[in-house]
Amino acid sequence: MPTTSPAARSAGDTSYADVTASDASLRRFLHGLPGVDTVGLEARAAALGTRSIKTTAKAYAIDLAISMIDLTTLEGSDTPSKVRALGAKGAHPDPTDRTTPTVAALCVYPDMVATAKEAVAGTGIRVASVATAFPAGRTSLAVKLADTEDAIAAGADEIDMVIDRGAFLSGRYLKVYEEIREVRAACGDRARLKVIFETGELSTYDNIRRASWLGMLAGADFIKTSTGKVGVNATPANTLLMLEAVRDFRALHGEQVGVKPAGGIRTSKDAIKFLVLVNETVGEDWLSNDWFRFGASSLLNDLLMQRQKLATGRYSGPDYVTVD
Amino acid sequence: MTMAFDYAPAPESRSVVDIAPSYGLFIDGEFTEAADGQVFKSLSPATEEVLSEVARAGAADVDRAVRAARAAFGPWSALPGSERAKYLFRIARIIQERSRELAVLETLDNGKPIKETRDFDLPTVAAHFFYHAGWADKLEHAGFGPRPKPLGVAGQVIPWNFPLMMLAWKIAPALATGNTVVLKPAETTPLSALFFADICRQAGLPKGVVNILPGHGDAGAALVAHPDVDKVAFTGSTAVGKEIARTVAGTRKKVTLELGGKGANIVFDDAPVDQAVEGIVSGIFFNQGQVCCAGSRLLVQESVREEVVDALKRRLSTLRIGDPLDKNTDLGAINSAEQLTRITELAERGEAEGAERWSPACELPSSGYWFPPTLFTGVTQAHMVAREEIFGPVLSVLTFRTPAEAVAKANNTPYGLSAGIWTEKGSRILAVAEKLRAGVVWANTFNKFDPASPFGGYKESGHGREGGRHGLEAYLDV
Repeated sequence: MPTTSPAARSAGDTSYADVTASDASLRRFLHGLPGVDTVGLEARAAALGTRSIKTTAKAYAIDLAISMIDLTTLEGSDTPSKVRALGAKGAHPDPTDRTTPTVAALCVYPDMVATAKEAVAGTGIRVASVATAFPAGRTSLAVKLADTEDAIAAGADEIDMVIDRGAFLSGRYLKVYEEIREVRAACGDRARLKVIFETGELSTYDNIRRASWLGMLAGADFIKTSTGKVGVNATPANTLLMLEAVRDFRALHGEQVGVKPAGGIRTSKDAIKFLVLVNETVGEDWLSNDWFRFGASSLLNDLLMQRQKLATGRYSGPDYVTVD
Repeated sequence: MTMAFDYAPAPESRSVVDIAPSYGLFIDGEFTEAADGQVFKSLSPATEEVLSEVARAGAADVDRAVRAARAAFGPWSALPGSERAKYLFRIARIIQERSRELAVLETLDNGKPIKETRDFDLPTVAAHFFYHAGWADKLEHAGFGPRPKPLGVAGQVIPWNFPLMMLAWKIAPALATGNTVVLKPAETTPLSALFFADICRQAGLPKGVVNILPGHGDAGAALVAHPDVDKVAFTGSTAVGKEIARTVAGTRKKVTLELGGKGANIVFDDAPVDQAVEGIVSGIFFNQGQVCCAGSRLLVQESVREEVVDALKRRLSTLRIGDPLDKNTDLGAINSAEQLTRITELAERGEAEGAERWSPACELPSSGYWFPPTLFTGVTQAHMVAREEIFGPVLSVLTFRTPAEAVAKANNTPYGLSAGIWTEKGSRILAVAEKLRAGVVWANTFNKFDPASPFGGYKESGHGREGGRHGLEAYLDV
């Protein structure tokens, strides 16, 4: 935790205004956060990855993981039928077993929000949209806000926003902060905001911790590792680090922020490792889809196959789960 | 603590290890009964179940074993180094092949979690044999002159906290340098050494090169005092170490001693807090704190004391205590009733001295020897819990204000085995490490071991070094 006085999140608080008064003051605050030791962080993430999760614990973890999935399709080739199929899949992930939980949300591009919204009507599944010029975020703030507004107007319940990594890496923290604030304001009460850092591009763990605090100070409801569009996406280590950040942030400000690892989580085994990280770092307060999500598309089928295995004692195979 | 995500038990199978109802002494390549027919029982500290009955060596057996080792010494030391290396490589590979069996055995006999025996002890044991196998034919290049000679018969006495690893630390360098060995494992954990005897036979090691004598302190004393032992190597308590030093004083015997410690773990205010907390946990709760180089004194800078202690308490609340064979167990059983009593008494003394005692809410199993992870805050240098080695999961938290004070407090102990420094500032690591009187100083990590890295202490923590090139010297006439 920073040794400087805690910056409150509400804009009315003066100490908070001090921190966000300039790039320099924001830099002082973010660079005052405790360092991250790479070797130690990765060792801890790896050690938690060796927990042996079996039988009842495994069944619990699989259902929890399914309920935390943001079922995602972010392709240039997305069509309304593809999105509708995804909606059906999200509502009934395993048509042969109606006890299977539904996923948390569908995650689509803004132009698909209306279709997605229709597809999941009445299921309780939310619709998330990657607005703000996803995945690069390299447009003007006006365009990002318009993108956000479009998605919300079409019915998006959640906005997944990318930060300007160029601005962050060149030390223009205030620009990043203000953009998040603006998008947060545009979301208002209508949508929850997930802020994507693209941790693979931030490259150091110190940067990831700073970005996490920057995002939380600016009002993010969720902090999210990555877009899934670069080489390095969610890893146990960067997710562990972000969990530590939300834990410390709540201890300081009393406000809870969610975490969403995204990209590259494909197997039940991987997903369970992430749930162990949550369990042993922040505990059960975060063990629901209100506070933890998986950004994934192929993960669901592996979870379903494992679920069928637990139910029947046999492995079924990819033809016993649906392809979309 | 019940959590929503409660891990189901994941016990490692016991069926991978076949423990015989009784074992003999291993002398001259054969298992044999003790001369006086005495036996003792080895039990599982987690359940108090008797695992096996083991022959108890006496003075006559020690003499027999030393004579066997002496007879084997001539031919063994005459072998070319590359030949000795072949045996050591073979032993290392067999250890790897049988590592699951040995890990389960060690956990049963010692009480430490399977996670540690499987992921730390056994890989380190194999690594020590591989490393020293590599040295066996290169001794003339180790910097001890053109033809360094072995000493002769090594009498080795090892403790119960890392039974197989301590055996490896003792036997691997002794054999690599051409010595023969009589080793006495601890009376509470003799089994893995007896399995190792079997591995020696499996590897075709010539008879008498390695002799294993399970027994109590009297056997150890007889071994140390035996006139035909050329080298004494001991790891264990400082009290016994002093006795050994008295015994060998004035003789031609060479001696190395690895004794107690009261390691300081120094956390500066710019430390990576989350990783420091992990390092503190590994420093004192690894192997239930039954580690001579444990970081049992936490010296934390006053400005971050509260933050670090809070983080530590939060972290300790997630430690999983219980069945050591469960793969999810973080903290296992205390090795013996005797050790549990000692830990309990010292912890009570800490409380009586006015230090504040804290343990997380945790349920301990009803049978076996258990002690919860324990923190003492408000400890000062004058408290006994800050001075005496507890050898259990008990951490004393002290504070300091300046680097100079940290160094002064860290060094203010009769021991000097290990220390840790946590800071983001590289120059501070170097400046502080240089001033610490400790054999090992870890920076931003703790409890890391490598066969190439020498280990040993200052002051009452010991004489000599084990491991690395320095460790070879202790087994060579140079």
